[in-house]
Amino acid sequence: MSRMSGWALYGKVGRKSRVVLGGLSILLPLLIWSAVSYVPFIWHPQVLVTDPGGEDYLEEGMRMKRADFERAVQEMHAAGQKAPEGVPVNPVYLPSPGGVFSAFVQAFVQPDSHGPEKSILQAFWHSIQIIFWGFVISSVIGVPLGVLCGALPALSRLVEPSVDFLRYLPAPAFGALMVAILGIYDAPKIAIIVIGTLFQQILVIANTTRKLDFGLMEAARTLGARGKRLMFSVVVPGILPDLYRDQRILLGWAWTYLIVAELIGTSSGITWFITQQARYQHFANVYAAMALIGIVGLGTDMLLGFAARFLFRWKQETE
Amino acid sequence: MGAGNGMTVDYRVLPPDVAERMARIKSRDVVLRVENLGKVFAQRGRETVALEDINMNVHRREFVCVVGPSGCGKSTLVRILAGLEQASSGRILVDDKPVDGPGPDRGMVFQKYTLFPWRTVCQNVMFGLEMAGISKDESRRQAMQWLQAIGLERFADSLPHQLSGGMQQRVAIARALAAQPRVLLMDEPFSALDAQTRVRMQTHLMEIWRKIDITIVFITHDLDEAIYLADRILVLKAHPGRMEEVIEVPLSRPRRAEQMTSAEFQATKAHLESLIHTPAEETADEFEGTEVPLLTLVTDVVE
Ligand SMILES: Nc1ncnc2c1ncn2[C@@H]1O[C@H](COP(=O)(O)OP(=O)(O)OP(=O)(O)O)[C@@H](O)[C@H]1O
Ligand SMILES: [Mg+2]
Repeated sequence: MSRMSGWALYGKVGRKSRVVLGGLSILLPLLIWSAVSYVPFIWHPQVLVTDPGGEDYLEEGMRMKRADFERAVQEMHAAGQKAPEGVPVNPVYLPSPGGVFSAFVQAFVQPDSHGPEKSILQAFWHSIQIIFWGFVISSVIGVPLGVLCGALPALSRLVEPSVDFLRYLPAPAFGALMVAILGIYDAPKIAIIVIGTLFQQILVIANTTRKLDFGLMEAARTLGARGKRLMFSVVVPGILPDLYRDQRILLGWAWTYLIVAELIGTSSGITWFITQQARYQHFANVYAAMALIGIVGLGTDMLLGFAARFLFRWKQETE
Repeated sequence: MGAGNGMTVDYRVLPPDVAERMARIKSRDVVLRVENLGKVFAQRGRETVALEDINMNVHRREFVCVVGPSGCGKSTLVRILAGLEQASSGRILVDDKPVDGPGPDRGMVFQKYTLFPWRTVCQNVMFGLEMAGISKDESRRQAMQWLQAIGLERFADSLPHQLSGGMQQRVAIARALAAQPRVLLMDEPFSALDAQTRVRMQTHLMEIWRKIDITIVFITHDLDEAIYLADRILVLKAHPGRMEEVIEVPLSRPRRAEQMTSAEFQATKAHLESLIHTPAEETADEFEGTEVPLLTLVTDVVE
């Protein structure tokens, strides 16, 4: 530990250990999950009845607490009847990794496996559209307004106090209002995502704009730049990398409002799918749907991060 | 008056060639006129007088340096000249027209590197031209000429951070000059550079100044630099920032590094030092009562 290791405060992680640690961060949770699922003595608090034996109230496929099952076995022994049989299992809400994986694969291989109801992919596609429009509408208002607030102190004083107030109102609180105004279909859902994202967006982007190196502004002024030219030749390109990073973070926030938004009015999209499957106790499908959200969210962010490296090379290398 | 005869040299006596040159300078038009300039900063109820009653005429193609102790208002003065700061009183005229706010008639080179990091070197030099509404093609053509003039055309497509500090400042000078200002204002532009690079930059700057129609106001705290570069040196004193003296540098041109050891140079420097480094009053109280306690063994001596 004489050199700066990754475990020293503000230390450095080497190339190799970075890969190893990255792999572990995915593998470790999976390993724990697998162990809990497949090693019978680790948790398995319930018993899945495979043969009810002589006990009347038991049925095949029934889950019950292990203690209750053992009492039933003893009772049957005492009564001299055939003892019920069963295997230790985890509760229904904790499916095994294998079960979730096959549900996930099923979603792609056999998209219509849920009969007349919408498949996981159809449901998810609907969700993505809601997010997309919510985020686009929010950005169309929030980005220009945020940049202007950051660049014009007077506008900032005029706009930011009320925005600061509004952002503390939880977006779901607008749910009923939005349904009353916009109906029960997609419009109020998009509105909730806009409300959840927009106010933060204005403030965050205004702050980013204010952080532009003032020296660059002054240099540009002495070179004759002013007004619109100054805005589009210096302010916008100067803050663009940070603005892009803000947008990435804000897109993540938009996702967190999705579930709430989809419960408003007629429930729809991936949320509808999840609640529906949970009602049928198809928890493997529930987990598969959640995994899909996570993977798509992370994937988008990684893609955007990758693109940033090419788009803003000057920023990457100056830092 | 021989150069070796150092003790008797008076910095106020100009050699004949310098006197003649100075007369020629003074016969030229006044490009930059500063009249009764004053600046008061109001901060949390307290008022700081940064500048008081500054008067100065800078003639066309003159090279003026401004020196003074730290905090005497050098930066404030040059920022007001550039229009980045508002004067509290007095006014500034360029070519006899009062100016207000920044404008392309006054270019500026800052101490900090202020090239636009997202623009290539060539695009940086093009900036002022684009702002003046000149077409992209024409801007590029002129920018390339400027890069050729400063010998950096090879780096036209590099990004600023790929250049050394000295090169960045050269590009910054080219960028300022490309906008064709009447006056070039420079606020300690070379003070972040190492000693060797700084001397090369000074020579380079004089080379540029000789060849184009530009008037330079150059702020520095380096007395050698001021004497080496300037026709006249404006000395400021602190609290409040006032004009102490205007010195006409008794060195002939073109300047050479050897002149730094000449009697005239040394006499001028000695005088500047006596003006600026008045050690007694101001700087003393900052360090007063700060005797560092001994933190090693008494026997463990370093000197
Ligand atoms: N924005 C400001 N607000 C309040 N006071 C200021 C401001 N800018 C400068 N001053 C004060 O004005 C005086 C002159 O400052 P200035 O930076 O012009 O000095 P300087 O000669 O450039 O100093 P240095 O040699 O350290 O660069 C200082 O006392 C400083 O504290
Ligand atoms: Mg200064």
